[in-house]
Amino acid sequence: MLPEEVTQLIGRVGDTVVLEVEKGAIRRYADAIGDPNPLFRDEGYARRSKFGAILAPPGFFGWPDKWIAPGPFFPPLRLEVTDIIAKSGYSRGLYGAVRHDFYHPIRAGDVISATPVVKDIYEREGKAGNMVFVVIETTYIDQAGRLVAKAQETLIRR
Amino acid sequence: MPGKQLYWEDVLIGSELPALAKVATTQMLVKWAGAIGDFNPLHYDETFAATEGVGQVIVHGPLKRAWLVQMVMDWMGEEGFLKMLSCQFRAMDYPRRMRDFFDPQPGETWRCRGRVTKKYLETGAHCVDCDIWIENGRGEVTTPGLATVVLPSKERRGPAPGQQSG
Repeated sequence: MLPEEVTQLIGRVGDTVVLEVEKGAIRRYADAIGDPNPLFRDEGYARRSKFGAILAPPGFFGWPDKWIAPGPFFPPLRLEVTDIIAKSGYSRGLYGAVRHDFYHPIRAGDVISATPVVKDIYEREGKAGNMVFVVIETTYIDQAGRLVAKAQETLIRR
Repeated sequence: MPGKQLYWEDVLIGSELPALAKVATTQMLVKWAGAIGDFNPLHYDETFAATEGVGQVIVHGPLKRAWLVQMVMDWMGEEGFLKMLSCQFRAMDYPRRMRDFFDPQPGETWRCRGRVTKKYLETGAHCVDCDIWIENGRGEVTTPGLATVVLPSKERRGPAPGQQSG
């Protein structure tokens, strides 16, 4: 049984992070994957495409990734969640799963507001002892106020 | 690279997506860490990785997700729209070490694969569902997932969902 201190985190909404989707950041992301798609790197090609500008690979919402980056970018909500769960004995983390739903393409120059919410926290028995699963849902809104994507990420604490 | 445009009518249930081969290296993990701003030592510090109980530095889950996105985008073509992609990180993948500045040591090659499971119309959109997955060098699935794409139809050449002007 997870202590109430942990379960009462369900429903908590984190701070909104505003990310500018820069073409250089898109290029470095595509380079890191090893994806030569000209939509992500060739401005002339992208302009003539139906997108009209450099496209961001689906799943890239601007730098830095607001959920994973530690240090100054580590969002207060995630720190609080991991700290409280650590007090129950789960101090090590792994990235368990991700689901992205996409509604509109994101292009270079877009400004994306990302807002996370803790959807669920539950405990499960694993091969190497109990694990805690934290499900975070993030909504991504563009500069025109449109919902462009949703992410559902499962963080594992063990 | 995206190939010839795929149309909904040409997709066969049970057919496989062209596989995408990938070699994860320690160098690739460094590039990825910088590209997304993920400086978790789990992906570059052997001692830290051992303390965390994963043995050695592991490939970032989101990098594996990005490989799957590349495979699906290449297959569906530029007029297609990726509506949904999900995956689970079921097993660790360990990058190859670098032999020199440019090339990795011999070792594992990963394969991103997929198979069409369903074709249907949803509010006028021509949708295709796929099972997708990554196999490690021993052919074991470390990263299973699902994808849904919207494809252009030969019958109704309207704009794909998600398309907009400007």
